[in-house]
Amino acid sequence: MKAPQLLVHDKKDTVGVVVVENLKAGTDMLCVVTADNSSFKLKATMDVPIGHKIALNEIKKGDTVWKYGHDIGKAVANIKKGEHVHVHNLKTKRW
Amino acid sequence: MAKTAKKAAKKSNGRAKRSDIAIRGWRRENGRIGVRNHVLVLPLDDLSNAAAEAVANNIKGVMAIPHAYGRLQFGEDLELFFRTLIGTGANPNVAAVVVIGIEEGWTKRVVDGIKKTGKPVVGFGIEGTGDIMTVAKASRAAKDFLQWATEQKREECELSELWISAKCGESDTTTGLASCPTVGNMYDKLIPKGIYGVFGETSEITGAEDLAKARAINPKIGRKWYRVWQAYQNDVIEAHKTDDLSESQPTKGNIAGGLTTIEEKALGNLEKIGRVCRYIDVLEPAQAPKRGPGLYFMDTSSAAAECVTLMAAAGYVVHCFPTGQGNVIGNPIIPVIKLTGNPKTVRTMSEHIDLDISGIVRREITIPEAGDMLIDIIARTANGRLTAAEALGHREFVLTKLYRSA
Repeated sequence: MKAPQLLVHDKKDTVGVVVVENLKAGTDMLCVVTADNSSFKLKATMDVPIGHKIALNEIKKGDTVWKYGHDIGKAVANIKKGEHVHVHNLKTKRW
Repeated sequence: MAKTAKKAAKKSNGRAKRSDIAIRGWRRENGRIGVRNHVLVLPLDDLSNAAAEAVANNIKGVMAIPHAYGRLQFGEDLELFFRTLIGTGANPNVAAVVVIGIEEGWTKRVVDGIKKTGKPVVGFGIEGTGDIMTVAKASRAAKDFLQWATEQKREECELSELWISAKCGESDTTTGLASCPTVGNMYDKLIPKGIYGVFGETSEITGAEDLAKARAINPKIGRKWYRVWQAYQNDVIEAHKTDDLSESQPTKGNIAGGLTTIEEKALGNLEKIGRVCRYIDVLEPAQAPKRGPGLYFMDTSSAAAECVTLMAAAGYVVHCFPTGQGNVIGNPIIPVIKLTGNPKTVRTMSEHIDLDISGIVRREITIPEAGDMLIDIIARTANGRLTAAEALGHREFVLTKLYRSA
């Protein structure tokens, strides 16, 4: 298999992780779901650093964001498919 | 390095059984196996650091481990202090100990605690003697211990006799994808063979607390775990927080690496305990496990050096440290094996990395293959290979302080 640009833990997840350096906006990413090794394509709409997350679908402000098949916090802004997801648009529900 | 790693993975594919990997360690007076043979000069308190370091300067091959505390502590904080110091001296990686304290009473308490293991230990008090005479006497004792220790021989034993601890640091999203599940796979393979394991980091399980509770051996231990976690939330976080901890948990480094929330960090962290093994008890900080072989949880801070110091004091002899962004931590008495799945960290910080498993994110190797590679490097480290942290001189010895001294 070709090396993927994006890894997703679980089918239920709404974000994936960039696993290559220097990912550029417009890249048609090979995305692999590690739970079952299935794959799909997704266009990155921004430059996103290695290790950072990209939205797999549109996420609305207030929506729960899913990773590992679990709740990792809530969106605090509207996020479009293919956009960078991080501290500017995702916050903890704790503390 | 990537090539070597691939070769190792290929080689280990064919091995079905990992139960009887022979290693060579030092069998101590109490029967425990050590993988290092340190002679320690252990200061009781901050005031005795200078004398301890002078002894280590005089006698080549002994190691002083200075620290910041030991004066006017009281209550539970004092108990933890003694447990950590005594446990550090008692660790099977330590052959013999010279304790130096400002006064003889508490010095003797540490000496007597270490003596229970049967290993050589002696203490010296500075008051009424002064640094120079104390250093002279302690140096003679340290030289005798060192020459005795260097004649102790390694003997054949099994990997399954080791106590192996785990704690991750400078985590990022690759930690949860690669390095933590690799440690979890190692535990899933070695815990059934009879090793002792431990994980901790109480604050860092926030967001995965229900999953962690469910991984206890039975509901009673799960409830015990949950009480410890809840107490941390109430007594530490809620009592002292001034914001949502958004630059402490996750840390600035975590955030740079792409981790956004504590829940996300916690879910990655918990990958360290694998898929099937269950923890059999909940330990206080630096408390030695008492329920036999198996996986334990220890109530610790998530700060790397504090956590590893506590695990070493509980008797663990090898530490596995998954890192994402490249934490450089070591420990004076136990080898800290660092593994990373982040290709950028492999590229930029290779001198700190003992095991490169970035092949996982490229889908070149599987997590079970990476688990076998980790078992191989644990065995090699136990047999004497110095870790990156040992070679670079990382000896972070950091005591956990529960509250202000009197």
